[in-house]
Amino acid sequence: MSAGLTAVIVISCYLALLLGLGLFSSRFFRGTAADFFLASRGIGPFLLLMSLFGTTMTAFALVGSSGEAFAGGVGVYGRMASSSGIIHSACFFLVGIKLWSFGARYGYVTQIQFFRDRFESDKIGLVLFPMLVGLVIPYLLIGVISSGTVVQGITAGAFPDFFPNEVARLNGSVPYWLGAAVICLVVMIYVFFGGVRGTAWANAFQTIVFMILGCVTFFVIANKLGGMDKATQLVEQYNPTRLQAGVSEADVAQYQERLAAWEADKTIAVIKPMEPKGLSKLAFWSYLFIPLSVGMFPHLFQHWLTARSAKSFRLSVIAHPLMIMIVWVPCVLIGVWATSAVMGGKPVIPAGWSNPNAVLVILVKKMAGPLLGGLLTAGILAAIMSSLDSQFLCVGSIFTNDIVGHYIGHDKLSDRQKVIWGRVFVVLIVVVTYIVAVKFKTRSVFTMAVWCFSGFASLFPLVFAAVYWKRATKAGAYACVLSAGAACMWFFAQSGYGANREYLVLGMMPAASMVGISTLAMVVVSLMTQGPSGATIEKFFGKPPSLRAECDVPELVASTGAES
Amino acid sequence: MKNTVYVLIVLLTIVHQDFWWWESSRLVFGFLPITLAYHACVSMAAAALWALAVKYCWPVDADVTESMTGAGSDGGQA
Repeated sequence: MSAGLTAVIVISCYLALLLGLGLFSSRFFRGTAADFFLASRGIGPFLLLMSLFGTTMTAFALVGSSGEAFAGGVGVYGRMASSSGIIHSACFFLVGIKLWSFGARYGYVTQIQFFRDRFESDKIGLVLFPMLVGLVIPYLLIGVISSGTVVQGITAGAFPDFFPNEVARLNGSVPYWLGAAVICLVVMIYVFFGGVRGTAWANAFQTIVFMILGCVTFFVIANKLGGMDKATQLVEQYNPTRLQAGVSEADVAQYQERLAAWEADKTIAVIKPMEPKGLSKLAFWSYLFIPLSVGMFPHLFQHWLTARSAKSFRLSVIAHPLMIMIVWVPCVLIGVWATSAVMGGKPVIPAGWSNPNAVLVILVKKMAGPLLGGLLTAGILAAIMSSLDSQFLCVGSIFTNDIVGHYIGHDKLSDRQKVIWGRVFVVLIVVVTYIVAVKFKTRSVFTMAVWCFSGFASLFPLVFAAVYWKRATKAGAYACVLSAGAACMWFFAQSGYGANREYLVLGMMPAASMVGISTLAMVVVSLMTQGPSGATIEKFFGKPPSLRAECDVPELVASTGAES
Repeated sequence: MKNTVYVLIVLLTIVHQDFWWWESSRLVFGFLPITLAYHACVSMAAAALWALAVKYCWPVDADVTESMTGAGSDGGQA
């Protein structure tokens, strides 16, 4: 049996298992809109942790982390992983619990419903809607394109008679359009039938799958390289700067000497020295702004609202940094080892290799055999699908609740009708995303991931001010959203629409400036305009009735004035 | 204690900047680059500090919301 066919069988079994789980979860569906969109707010701590983690970790956690470590060294962990451990949990704790609380008290299903109420503006939904959907769609495309590409790459040689390909390394592989279609179909089926509960169950299962397979892959590869010590020693010998976060002038000079010696006599070393990739401390610091995006992800907002109680958040807040560490540390080490790995006297990754994202797959193919290769692909697909499902569902939810329900009237729609609308939109979104992904299959979409996150991060001041600053006004909210959108578009255009991957603003990641601009707009415009009404301040900042009875009531009333 | 926890979290965000091992390729346990080990420790410290935040800085009104809305009482079907 060919390696490609083994991979097809393993992936098919995995997808069938996932489908079965999704359909099983639908047996618990109560038929109401609250159950379809929010699992009747009944998700406990473990499922909440798994669905939040599975949703925030995309294929980037496995493939991108090892690729980035290969290209730039271990510093990627500090830039992307440990920073996320601090900031994501901060968002869950400081924003997520507050929003859950408002959602439980006032029945919100989407972010836009909350912002409409908090900023006393119906029209803010029309400003936020295109921005949120516009930022989610590229994110969806990344998942669909990645899944089609991964399936095609790993199944080469499976069906040479059915799917001949002009490119020799892809001959007989499941075509991109078919791989992407199957993944979309599987996700659509379990979201369609199971709603957010099916999504949470599938996410928990998939998160466990990609964490276990990531660890198994790590130990198999380490073993093949002669153990962890030996693998790292080779990096020390050939590419020592990959073991550092920063690069000094002495490091660069040493690299140039080694490169000149290697080019003069290529027999002196098996591995060609790789160029050191440094990063300024300011740019490193500015990466802290990117994880703020989780505060405004609409699909994460929806997961927050599914929590059974505020206490359900505790496990997520505490365990999230550890879960990130468990997935990222092995992947970063594999990526760094790949720079200097040698098998049979030859480098495992050829000199001058230009596609870092393929590093993990190459190592697995060469060192782990077809079965583990198939399993790892299932793990990568798990990471992709655990984000895709939540995004499909949340866009369906936004259309149903913020457009159809809001403009037709929630009271004019029965629960059953809302569920039908929700399902119709999920199907429509899956179909549209699939068509766009097939038509515009381009690698530049991957670069857009960073821009997507930066765009969401630029909206963070909106949600933070909404829950913590009484004086934040409707005009301030409009200014914040519009300036965030304008800054995002401007910087994106300046970077050549993502073509310049090293693009910085004032020596920092664009997200830092974007957050700064939208914060300034929110603060300045809010201070220049009239504050929200007393009723709104009381609704969102007043103490709940049962606390009020125990408190100093006159003081509470005084604090609800618009001037506060 | 509440303020101490928040100050510690801010401090962790500052020390995340890695002032000590930025350009060092020293290894820990013979295989782990020290800067990676350092940031893994930052992740563990983050978990520990958020555990303290959950214990000492828990928002009281969230618990009140639970009792007001009956959330968490039947546990749902998840």
